[in-house]
Amino acid sequence: MKIRLNGKPKEFPDTLVLTSLVEQFCKDKNPVIAELNGKIIKLEQWEETSIKEGAVVELVSFVGGG
Amino acid sequence: MKDSPLTIAGKTFTSRFMLGTGKFKNKSDVEKSIGASGAEIVTVALRRIDVERHEENILQYIPEGITLLTNTSGARNSQEAVRIARLARESGCGNWVKIEVINDSKYLLPDNNETVKATEILSAEGFIVLPYMFPDLYAARALVEAGAAAVMPLGSLIGSNQGLKAKEFIRILIDEIDEVPIIVDAGIGAPSQSAEAMEMGADACLVNTAVANAEDPAGLAEAFSLAIRSGRLAYLSKIPAAQEAAEPSSPLTNFLYEHDLSS
Repeated sequence: MKIRLNGKPKEFPDTLVLTSLVEQFCKDKNPVIAELNGKIIKLEQWEETSIKEGAVVELVSFVGGG
Repeated sequence: MKDSPLTIAGKTFTSRFMLGTGKFKNKSDVEKSIGASGAEIVTVALRRIDVERHEENILQYIPEGITLLTNTSGARNSQEAVRIARLARESGCGNWVKIEVINDSKYLLPDNNETVKATEILSAEGFIVLPYMFPDLYAARALVEAGAAAVMPLGSLIGSNQGLKAKEFIRILIDEIDEVPIIVDAGIGAPSQSAEAMEMGADACLVNTAVANAEDPAGLAEAFSLAIRSGRLAYLSKIPAAQEAAEPSSPLTNFLYEHDLSS
């Protein structure tokens, strides 16, 4: 399955839920916010949100800023 | 001297110094500088997570109880700013947002028109909106009308340390905008410049680059804190106007001379 994750192409053997995708790429507890195909997915919905072929996923978090 | 607290959207703050967390070489200096500054409002930004490498979590360096103000840096128009603000709110870290819409990569000047549009949309959605803006009176009025909780005019170009280049225009905002606090943001490079802003009646100052780039960030944060407090006290005490002629500070008569010097 091919998706775009934060602007980069990524390939996975199977469909997966958003929770496992976040766990793979975000190691710390910094709040992570997820957007799937342009729509914000609430944390409580991650477990039931499947990432399918062609999905565009954005994972963002906080950094220093002025 | 007793000062009234800074009130933004009904929330009160003792400190009138807001600190940015960008550009610090060592993240531990963020925590030390926040402590030394006494800041109660701290800005952060949102970014795509770099999925190739581990990045440090900025929030772990920000003490509990601090009001987080997420900026919309990276937004080039109102729609992008709105999107970033909505993402930030989803984090559960509050709904305070500093609107920053910039589409000029050389001077990084804020786009007032797009900022007004974003302010209108986000205020209506319940965000506490603090827009960063070019100090233009009409734009400031439009921002207030759009629901801004404060107005944040630039002192000079972002990160330039040039100080209050826009002083006379900020003065007009201070004079004309009574509904919300005026917070001078961007370009303040030295404590004396922040004192100057406060002396003329700004309600608060936001500083980032100068502190982050100092050899001792926490030391400079403390210096800014004192200067902002000093400028505020001076403003409240009503500084006498400058005069052309000299005026003696001590009596000139009835000591060694028969006659008054002025006669």
